[in-house]
Amino acid sequence: MTRVFVPRDAAARAVGADCVAAALQHEAEQRGLAIELVRNGSRGLFWLEPMIEVETPAGRIAYGPVTPADVAGLFEADLVSGGAHALRIGRPEEVPFLKRQTRVTFARCGIVDPLSLEDYRAHGGYRGLARAHALGPAGTVQEVTASGLRGRGGAGFPTGIKWQTAADTAADRKYIVCNADEGDSGTYADRMLMEGDPFSLIEGMTIAGYAVGAAKGYIYVRSEYPDAIRAMEQAIVVACAAGCLDGFDLEVRVGAGAYVCGEETSLLESLEGRRGQVRAKPPLPAHKGLFGRPTVINNLVTLATVPAILADGAKVYADLGMGRSRGTMPIQIAGNAKHGGLFEAAFGLSLGEIVEEIGGGTASGRPVRAVQVGGPLGAYFPKSLFDTPFDYEAFTARDGLIGHGGVVVFDDSVDMARQARFALEFCAIESCGKCTPCRIGSTRGVEVIDKILAGEHADANISLVTELCETMKFGSLCALGGFTPYPVLSALRHFPEDFAS
Amino acid sequence: MPTVWDEVRGREIIDRHAEREGPLLPILHDLQAGFGCIPSAAVPFVAEALNLTRAEVHGVVSFYHDFRDRPAGRHVLKLCRAEACQSMDGEAMAQRALDRFGVVWGGTTPDGSLTVEAVYCLGLCACGPSALLDGQPIGRLGPASLDDIAREVAVR
Repeated sequence: MTRVFVPRDAAARAVGADCVAAALQHEAEQRGLAIELVRNGSRGLFWLEPMIEVETPAGRIAYGPVTPADVAGLFEADLVSGGAHALRIGRPEEVPFLKRQTRVTFARCGIVDPLSLEDYRAHGGYRGLARAHALGPAGTVQEVTASGLRGRGGAGFPTGIKWQTAADTAADRKYIVCNADEGDSGTYADRMLMEGDPFSLIEGMTIAGYAVGAAKGYIYVRSEYPDAIRAMEQAIVVACAAGCLDGFDLEVRVGAGAYVCGEETSLLESLEGRRGQVRAKPPLPAHKGLFGRPTVINNLVTLATVPAILADGAKVYADLGMGRSRGTMPIQIAGNAKHGGLFEAAFGLSLGEIVEEIGGGTASGRPVRAVQVGGPLGAYFPKSLFDTPFDYEAFTARDGLIGHGGVVVFDDSVDMARQARFALEFCAIESCGKCTPCRIGSTRGVEVIDKILAGEHADANISLVTELCETMKFGSLCALGGFTPYPVLSALRHFPEDFAS
Repeated sequence: MPTVWDEVRGREIIDRHAEREGPLLPILHDLQAGFGCIPSAAVPFVAEALNLTRAEVHGVVSFYHDFRDRPAGRHVLKLCRAEACQSMDGEAMAQRALDRFGVVWGGTTPDGSLTVEAVYCLGLCACGPSALLDGQPIGRLGPASLDDIAREVAVR
């Protein structure tokens, strides 16, 4: 029976994948053709979604973007044998956007049936856990350390050191917490993995539990991701029934619409059932985390990368990348990009390559004017900084951050004063209220920008908002208040003309 | 969907989670699923079951954007207002939606059929502007999508 793949990824569904799947099933029945419909994850080529694939002797052949109205014509063109059609893309691996990638974390995403353990194993799944068992807990931590893996949520803290700290701390119980509160605009890597390859996270957390001696894991998923929550819960049931959890207990917890809960200590508060207010550090979560116990809290991409690192060895991973940024990063090209999608590559590509070559410039066809990297707390980069390599330190050196890897493209119709104002407005909406610079500074910042735009003592007010940003940067406990200045100051510095009234 | 507090049903929901670690958010989610909001009458029961003060429970309910103090309309449309959607002219689309349905942010149509809310990122950032209608994702939002939404909201 011919296998036909139609993504169940939320972004593919958002552009009609369910209707395409139904039309394919219906048309096949009408024609008396037996097809097996597989709802896979997305390959991450979103401008081609809904992108369907057919398994043929010559490999998988893709077509896209497909609408239900195209389906009859596709069958006429002998879709099941990969026949010629205006929408035929050919082998997806040969599409330059995919061909240029180095897929480690996303190796299976878009290929496997997300809920089939058999598929997962057939594509290298559970080799990492087996190797961890062979290395022992201490050896596993060492391997993660040697790989150079750093936190993919944005902070970039070395994962192995975090694990070592939790492993070394004695306690009656320990926890593994997965931060899947992916709130940064322009990012969707966590969501894609939960929907497209949830077992990679389950395996990663199982390995983490084994390495540090934790028996319980929580996956904190934002409520804005209903599809991912469902996929993750189903995958846990499948893994548990198959006895794959290795005695590890895993549970999904749903957030409640607070952006700040993506900050790790705030997330822990939320898991404990409190307001998502940031905790002061120290104590570090690795010493006193969830319910006061040693806790490894990592971003989803970090944890889901661990199985591949264990399976193929730390060196293979560490050989990729540049400087202190080892391995690969799933770069998420978003916003007004012609070729928006997930691009996993070794660190070191320049921002210009990512935006212009890989992303193909803007979707609107107008010139690119600004790119926000790293979510709502990331800086806006002008074209003059497009030589910046995608690397933690290189972005920091240019007063920016790579964050969770989101790259939002804006064309020349963008009003950068409005973007700066929005950054402060968003901070005011989402501030947890714990520190004064964030809670009050954000609101005062919006007011000052409004004055600048109204032409009221513009120069004095620009100095005032700059000074306010400095206070927020150094006087806030967490990244929300501390990093909101990045988009504001970068807009002021690189696009001063937009602040003239 | 019942909107009035029912003590028996409420207690059932609370008890279901009593043995879990950190049960408050799961309880609140389920209460809202059952009653359409977190009825103020529920707060003392939750507080008592978890050995918290009413103020603590109220503090949690009011902290999170998801929890409502009154039920939403029969359908809920969440429109993304974050940067990736802004770059695709999402703010103009959102304004069109508000005008078309005659509501402000967070408002419900007079017939109670639709509540429109702002959301900051749905993770559909390469298919913007995006929205969520009763949990179903919608991407590449355009004028035709608003017609579809209007039809959907009236039909169901």
